[in-house]
Amino acid sequence: MSIKIKDVIHKESPMTQGHRMCPGCGAPTAVHQGLMGIDHPLVVINATGCLEVSTTVYPFSAWRVPWIHTAFENAGAGAAGVEAAYQALKKKGKIDKEIKFVAFGGDGGTYDIGLQSLSGALERGHDFTYICYNNQGYMNTGAQRSSATPKGANATTSPAGSVIPGKLQKPKDLTSIAAAHHIPYVAQTTLHNYMDVASKVKKAIETPGPAFVNILVPCVLFWRIDPALQGDICKKAADTRFWPIYEVIDGEWKLSYKPKKRVPVEEFLKPQGRYSHLFKGERSKALLEQAQADVEKDWEYILDRCGETWEPAE
Amino acid sequence: MPRKEITSGNWAFAEAMRQIDPDVVAAYPITPSTDIIMKFAEFVADGKVETNFVTVESEHSAITACVTASAAGARVMTASSANGVALMHEIFPIAGCFRTPIVFGLVNRSVGAPINIHCDHSDSMAQRDYGWIHLYCEDAQEAYDSAIMAVRLSENDDILTPVFVCQDGFITSHGFEPVEYMDDDTVKTFVGERQAVNALLDVDNPVSYGSFAMSEYYFEIKRQQIEAHKKALELYEGIAREFESISGRYYPMIDCYRTEDAEHVIVVMSSASGAVKDVVDEMRDKGHKVGCLRIRMFRPFPVKAVAAALKGKKAVAVLDRCLSIGGTAPLVAEIRSALYGAGETIPVNSCIYGLGGRDFFPQYAEDIFMDLINGINTPEERYIGLLE
Ligand SMILES: Cc1ncc(C[n+]2csc(CCOP(=O)(O)OP(=O)(O)O)c2C)c(N)n1
Ligand code: SF4
Ligand SMILES: [Mg+2]
Repeated sequence: MSIKIKDVIHKESPMTQGHRMCPGCGAPTAVHQGLMGIDHPLVVINATGCLEVSTTVYPFSAWRVPWIHTAFENAGAGAAGVEAAYQALKKKGKIDKEIKFVAFGGDGGTYDIGLQSLSGALERGHDFTYICYNNQGYMNTGAQRSSATPKGANATTSPAGSVIPGKLQKPKDLTSIAAAHHIPYVAQTTLHNYMDVASKVKKAIETPGPAFVNILVPCVLFWRIDPALQGDICKKAADTRFWPIYEVIDGEWKLSYKPKKRVPVEEFLKPQGRYSHLFKGERSKALLEQAQADVEKDWEYILDRCGETWEPAE
Repeated sequence: MPRKEITSGNWAFAEAMRQIDPDVVAAYPITPSTDIIMKFAEFVADGKVETNFVTVESEHSAITACVTASAAGARVMTASSANGVALMHEIFPIAGCFRTPIVFGLVNRSVGAPINIHCDHSDSMAQRDYGWIHLYCEDAQEAYDSAIMAVRLSENDDILTPVFVCQDGFITSHGFEPVEYMDDDTVKTFVGERQAVNALLDVDNPVSYGSFAMSEYYFEIKRQQIEAHKKALELYEGIAREFESISGRYYPMIDCYRTEDAEHVIVVMSSASGAVKDVVDEMRDKGHKVGCLRIRMFRPFPVKAVAAALKGKKAVAVLDRCLSIGGTAPLVAEIRSALYGAGETIPVNSCIYGLGGRDFFPQYAEDIFMDLINGINTPEERYIGLLE
């Protein structure tokens, strides 16, 4: 399953350049990195969202592989239908190729409105991979909060006001929810290391049965970051342990990345405009302390699930 | 050899599904259509079909999976009713626009509130403008036959449009009556194998389904659906005649029962036509020139055929098993529009009946005919069998 960079460097991505996503957007990077190690023919199923809208502006399509979008909340069911058709036609001898199915949904289409459809598809055991490109909010409709939006983030339906400091709730832990379906492969990663993304998605796709990969990706407009800092901010998400990198293989939790040093979460928050209010005013210290405490608690949970300890260098 | 069975509308539809043996069925239970998928599940469990049966977690997922499976190139069927149909609402226009053939057993049931499991047409009528062909069946035999015909209609290269095969909940779906089944080979030869165009699984010729099309293109894409519906009107007769040649049963788009020389006509859909036709016979015996026009194909609406059938009548009454609250009920609106377009100004009375499964007695039909004969015409909607 290993990927050699020299083998993939000249390969065409299933998605072309020239789409209309913003410069610096993490979603197309997740597609390119995720799919670069795949040799099988692919069919892509896409939920409504920035990736879908910006890659298929009629009469153009950025997709070199068969691609289908029906609606927002149903990429899981959409993948199930294509996969069911494939199994049926293969059984009848009408198709002989080994085709793989990958669904892409944003966090809105996955954590929120599409959770039921995803859960159903995972439970039924369809042979497909669901990739959540998670920019932590509804970007296509203008940076509203989703249940993936972090506590304290300034989103357009949870704005940082003079009384309420952005979103009040912690995001749900969707990766654990996916793992609770006891499917063969679940992973969580970000664009901190392209080989990590590529190898996790490759494992997901090549594992028979359902797989789920949650990839944290920046939205330059919502996160309000310099588009050049895409990789950098993702690295900070991993290094501050804001976004733990791990996989769950047949129920076994495995931590993929242990930062060497304890890096305060502020380093991830500070470069992002969506958190700027956390660094101002008299509540700043308390809010940042709370953010750090949340990171520690979630990290403990992951360490525990993975049966790991962590001793950072001082 | 054809064989006769005493069976229900639901089981007859399921038997058609067994014989068609679709590649994919994705479905979710809801009364009164549940029997279809339970019966089909037995066929799957007993190895009587090859179908990949996807037991989804909701109707929204059922119709989504049907659309994507059809886009993938599979032959697809499903069934639902009422709230299930309402939950699918978002996806119906997508199926229509993708031109994905699907044969859908729609067992008509009222849509709450109040929640009620019995028949009216408010579930399917709410989907009338979404680019699906609508066929309304009078009885179980017609539901069985229509399921088989619908495969050919839906998958025809010039039509490529999903089809609702509607039958009346409980009245037809659960009523037992004799149905003649064709033998499996006859059905299989008639439906053939699906020859999909632009199949998603044709990985060597990749296509994108469901692109984002703004004002420069949207209208033209919709226009293509309009043309497909026109084609369905054109090609329907040929498919119906071909079906007749294998079954001996012919189903025109509109069923003109003793309307030719009639002066007064009741227009109706689905099972209530049985009672109306009986009343027509009785009244004919008494010397009244009355007839029944049953609309079988509601989308595309056979405007010309309807106008021709009603031309020159003294007055008609249209029975709608559905409301358009605050507006004009769907069937009467179509009939008035068809007649107006043909320059006919005869009185067209609107009668609402049977909501939530309220019985429709033959006496009601007779009363309506007598009013027509006595020149009692009202511009207002009338409510048949309503307790005031
Ligand atoms: C049923 C439905 N509700 C709402 C919308 C509007 N809508 C389209 S995309 C979107 C947000 C998408 O967010 P996400 O899934 O996170 O993808 P992103 O845009 O962030 O890439 C919303 C709310 C819709 N298309 N369909
Ligand atoms: S708005 Fe955000 S998610 Fe959408 S294309 Fe731009 S950067 Fe990407
Ligand atoms: Mg998002």
